[in-house]
Order: sequence, then structure tokens, then C-alpha cells
Amino acid sequence: MKKTGAQILCECLVREGVEVIFGYPGGAVLPLYDTLPQYPTIRHILVRHEQCAAHAADGYARATGRTGVCLATSGPGATNLVTGIANAYLDSSPVVAITGQVATPFIGKDAFQEIDITGITLPITKHNYLVLNAKDMARVVREAFYIAGNGRPGPVLIDIPRDVFQQEAEFVYPEKIDLPGYRPKLFGHPAQIKKAAELINAAQRPVIIAGRGVIISKAFDELRELAEKAQIPVITTLLGIGCFPETHVLSFGWLGMHGMAYANKAVQDADVIVAVGMRFDDRATGMVSAFAPKAQIIHIDIDPAEIGKNVRVDVPIVGDVKNVLQALNAQVIPREHMEWFSQLEQWREEHPALTIRETDCLIPQYVIRLIYEVTRGDAIVVTGVGQNQMWAAQFFFYDKPNSLISSGGLGTMGFELPGAIGAKVGCPDETVWCIAGDGGFQMTIQELATIVQEGLDIKIAIINNGFLGMVRQWQQLFYGRRYVHTRLLGPDFVKVADAYGIAALRVTDKKLVTSAIERAMDHRGPFLIDFVVEPEECVFPIVPPGAALTQFIEMPQEDKISPPSQQQRGGR
Amino acid sequence: MKTVKHTLVALVEDKPGVLNRIASLLRRRNFNIESIAVGHSEQPGLSRMTMVVGGDDARIEQVRKQLDKVVEVIKIVDITDEEPVARELALIKVKATPSTRGEIIQIVDIFRANIVDVAMDSLIVEVTGDEDKVDSLIELLRGFGIKELARTGRIALTRGGAGPLLVEEAKETKVPRQPLKPPREEAESPPDW
Repeated sequence: MKKTGAQILCECLVREGVEVIFGYPGGAVLPLYDTLPQYPTIRHILVRHEQCAAHAADGYARATGRTGVCLATSGPGATNLVTGIANAYLDSSPVVAITGQVATPFIGKDAFQEIDITGITLPITKHNYLVLNAKDMARVVREAFYIAGNGRPGPVLIDIPRDVFQQEAEFVYPEKIDLPGYRPKLFGHPAQIKKAAELINAAQRPVIIAGRGVIISKAFDELRELAEKAQIPVITTLLGIGCFPETHVLSFGWLGMHGMAYANKAVQDADVIVAVGMRFDDRATGMVSAFAPKAQIIHIDIDPAEIGKNVRVDVPIVGDVKNVLQALNAQVIPREHMEWFSQLEQWREEHPALTIRETDCLIPQYVIRLIYEVTRGDAIVVTGVGQNQMWAAQFFFYDKPNSLISSGGLGTMGFELPGAIGAKVGCPDETVWCIAGDGGFQMTIQELATIVQEGLDIKIAIINNGFLGMVRQWQQLFYGRRYVHTRLLGPDFVKVADAYGIAALRVTDKKLVTSAIERAMDHRGPFLIDFVVEPEECVFPIVPPGAALTQFIEMPQEDKISPPSQQQRGGR
Repeated sequence: MKTVKHTLVALVEDKPGVLNRIASLLRRRNFNIESIAVGHSEQPGLSRMTMVVGGDDARIEQVRKQLDKVVEVIKIVDITDEEPVARELALIKVKATPSTRGEIIQIVDIFRANIVDVAMDSLIVEVTGDEDKVDSLIELLRGFGIKELARTGRIALTRGGAGPLLVEEAKETKVPRQPLKPPREEAESPPDW
């Protein structure tokens, strides 16, 4: 049957199971918008800025594990998507971005709202397409979803000229996908798995470092089996948080720049590291040349290019984490590591990171902990980037996968609100808390309107310290307390919320935190709390940039803090 | 680790933008590329790319793996260790006066190169060989005055058999394997320069 390009696109979206699109209309995509009402199973959520369409699709993808879809028009619509696409790319989030393009006769003529978006997104997409004929539409959409969601997930962009939306073509849904150049390796090499099992079986001080790959691969049970069977402590990366219950006796926190001191010590002292679905990001490893000097490293990842990219690896295993762990578990023997665990427990006592200091002031750590307590940990937390993100990761305990959603690789301030929109749309029955800083929140504050228009019950906590907190912290620690352009004048967030029609409260008193959070939880519909906190609170521990993981600063002791040498700051 | 020039050959889908993708990736990841040559391969719809990349082994491995992730790259192999037959072609327009023309022709003969164009004041020399041979000829001709120079960059094939790109490709894919043609009698290879 003949259909228009726009109809073919929608038919394919329906077949891919797409239930929601985050988008913003414009001239080049009008034919598609005109077609959307014919497909009522696809819900469209109108954002207030295209960047947020991409972030929301990303948040949706992370919360549900399904591919998120965003839609924008040509030119500025497309370029506004770029930050969101890059964010999804760096955190391996499956997103399909659809952009309109000027009609084919105008391509290359610098026409109104023409921009080469496939060129622009080349380095930040897993793959991208420019569809020049409606007869290619079905194949392209099918391939795009396949590439976005399979192997190591990532964003794929489809650029569609306006006339291709209108062009008619025979609609044949391609049953098969023919991508000879894209065949992710799903099963690990048996010889390497055997080697890994031997290493694990002989290990004295093993640790597991689990990353987001475990969540993507849904390998929670397999990871848990490995940890419990071989009695290996599990440390996660920031994005791996939730892949292993943080209240489990074998959970030893997360590593890296603001990770737990004992986790960093454990990694540095381990003799065998089982790195699962993670990529040795510099924020996780600290100074690479000093990373885990005593360890033999087993690296399991589906992306062969990640293996050996940042650190030397002794046993590389390319494959899907779930499959590899299944094979590995069969060869791992039950072990005890009494000595190692007593050492770990000792470190945990010596470095009681994450205790909340006694004070009458309202401090952010306390706010996060109370959100944890009031929700009993049963919530999806979507954070911004910076101090609020680190505190949210430190003082809330995550027992479920996908319960912490945060921009890791790109570190995109402003992700919190649109990310929370995506998460709530994907998981309407879950409680969603958006934990924002006053800086990042102002980057995407306009999405409050989207929340109201769509009736999304999102609870928002602004950790308002009147500073670009993390940058200010670096200025305090490494730049002689010179707070250059980090003092931030914000609006009255309660009035802003009120203007959008969102119930809101301001909390300045420690004693009122619990009741405020309870009120937000009891309120039907979105609720915003502006927590006005201590302005100069720092995130501890911190491994100074360029330092080894063991060189953490634990406490705000002024004398301990000196600017790093040039060499340290320069990194490796 | 030793830094050597590696020869990578890739089979890529013959689609618009592929070269751009590969060039963009090499630039973005700060890989150092000496030359890149693209043309049709023996398989319809597929192009063959030959790249010369400098770096230590780990770096080259990264280049190979990153390029392999490009969806249109079907297969990519480092053939450096297989001592492939590697050639490049250069066209050299050299100044020639009646008094120097004879000498130039002599040099060209020694290099088994060809004169492909003659004008009143210049000659175009066509030379094929490995980079060293081409470099030597260019050095010798430089004294006469080189007006224009075009080089293709290295292309390479492994010796014997069916080549690393085709054989393993047929093994991995589920498509019915095409019967391999019996290896043709190879023409006696010209002496290596």
C-alpha cells in the first residue's frame, strides 16, 4: 500500500513500540505533525526547548530501558538537540532523534532554517541518516532503532527533508535488518572467560567494579551471583549505582573523585579487579598511571574499543555482560576472603565517609538523607550536575537499577528537570524526585510549563546555595578561595513555581525538612521545595583532579588543602 | 613501545558520507594519519580503503577498533605484519629544457617510471612503487625543479590467498558463502624497490 513518508515513519514507530515522542514542531516537520493524529497510540509531549526533548528522551530511556524518541524541526530545532544527543552518547543511552530538514531541492543552498545536522552530529551519534527518498524510510527507521538499542546503546539521528515526509512510497516493513558492518559480539571468548575464572578463583583481594553496562544488560542477578559466590565486594561507578543493591552486605560504595574513601582504597589495594560494563573514565580512575597498581584487571565490555583504551587490561572479554557473567559464574568456585573483608571493614571504620556533620544549619547532605528516609528509598532520583548530583549519589541509597538517573559523561547541567520528565513519563507509577542545584535548574526552568501541561507528578528539590557550587568548591580548594563569577543570583523559586501553577515551599530551617518532604509526597501533582542551604558546603571526600585515588581529601580541614602542583593539575 | 607506520585496510559500504565519517573519527580521536586511499573493491557496493597510520601498538589497536565501530565499516584489518605488496603512484611535473630533458629521461628509465606528457618546458613523470622509491625519484628530480606533484598514498594487498578482508568476512556472515575462485596464476611480481 502506498503511504507518505510521514505515515511510513509513524507506522515504523508504532511497530518499534514507541509510545511517546518528546518534540517541538516547526516548518520542516509540519507534514509529520499533521500526520501524528492518525496514530493515536503515540503520545506527543510538547517541551519548551528542544534540548529538553533530547534530555527527556534520554531520561525516558534510562528509566525504562526502552529507546527514547525526540523530534525537532530543521535548523535551530536540530541544533538545540545537540547537547541532549551528546549527553545520551556519552552515557550510552538509546535515543532516536528525528529532525526535519529543508526540502531536498533546497539542500546545500543555505535555505531558511537549513543546517547540516548529520554533519554536526557525526561525532556524537552512534550513527545517523539523511533520508532522501520515502522508499528508504522504513529501512532507515528499522536500522536506527536497531543500532540505538543493540550492542552498546547510543543515540541515532534521522534527518528527513520536508518533501520526503510528503512523498509517497510503497510501504513494506523490512522484516530483516541487513547491517553487515554492525554485529555486536554478544558472547565472550571461552578461553578468556576461563582465564578470568582462574584469576578470580586464585584472588586474595578481589573487587568488582560494576558500571552502567550491568544495568543496560540487565545482569543484576548474574552480578549478584558472582559477588555472593566468590565473596567479592562490589564497588560501582557513578552511573553503575543501583546495579547492585547499596544496602547489600557486599556493597562497598562507588569509586572515583567523590567516591567513598574506602572504595577507592579497596580498588587501589586489590589484586584482581573484575571490571564489568564500565569504561575507566578519568573521574573514576583518578591518575591513570597510579590506578590499581597491584591489580590484574579483567575487563568485560560489549564495546571492544573500550578495552585497553584508558588502562592496561590483563584479561579482555568482549561480550554482553549478562552472557559473559553467566559463563563466568559457572566456572567460579565459592570462596571466602576473611582477611580481605576484615581489612575492608577496617577501612570503612577509619573513613566513615558520608556521615552528616552535626549542625543546626540546613546542610544539603541532610536534605538528601531525609528524602531517602521519607521515600524509604522507593523513588527514581534524577539529578543535575555538580554538588547536588554528588550528594544525591552519596546520601541516598539505591537498591534498584535505574533508580539514580544522572548525566555522567557529559556532565550536563540542566539535565535534571527534562530528565525527570522523561523518567516520569516512562514510569508513571514511580515516585520521581528531581534533585537540582539552583544553577542547573535555571538552565531548563522553562520545562515547569511542560510538567503542568502534561500533568506530571514530579517532586522537585532545589539545593539552593546561591552558588555554582561545584565550581565554587574548586575555587575554594584549588584557586585560593577566589570566587570568580560563581555567585549566582536566583529568582524566588517559590514565586516562579507559583507562576507556573506548581505548589511550592521554601525551607530554611533544618527542623522543617521532614514535614516539607512529607507534604510534597502527600500532594497530588508536582511540588517544588526550595531548600536554602549552607552556601559554602563542600562535597567530600574529593580526589583532587590528576591525583591518585588514594590521595583523597576527606574533611574540610583548611590546612590539609593546598592547590595541586601544576603537574597534578595537568593530569597524566 | 615501537612507533611504526601501520597499514590498515578496510572494506566499507559505498555510501555517501563514509569517507567523512572516517576522517571525522580520526580527527576527533587525534589519530595521526599519513595517507588514505579509497577506491572500488572487487565486491560490488563495497569500497576499499587503505590507511597509513603512525603510532605505537596500543594506539593502532585503538584506531582499528574505533574505525570498526563505524557502521559502514564492514571489516578492518592491520596488515602491517603480513608484509603486503604496497604501492603508491605519483605524477610529477618537472621543468625540462632541451638541455636537461635527456638527463631526466635517463633517471626516469632507471626508476622504470614513465613519461606521460611532454611539453616545451616540462615533462610529467608517472612512477609507481613503494614510498621509498617514489621519495627517491622525487628527490632526484627536485634538482630540475618540480612544478607540480600529486601522490595517491599507499594501497596494499597481502600476498597469496584470498586476502584478509574477504575470507574472514565470508566466514562471519550468515549469507551463503560464495565459492572462492581458484587463485589465479599470479604474474611474476616485479622486483621490490
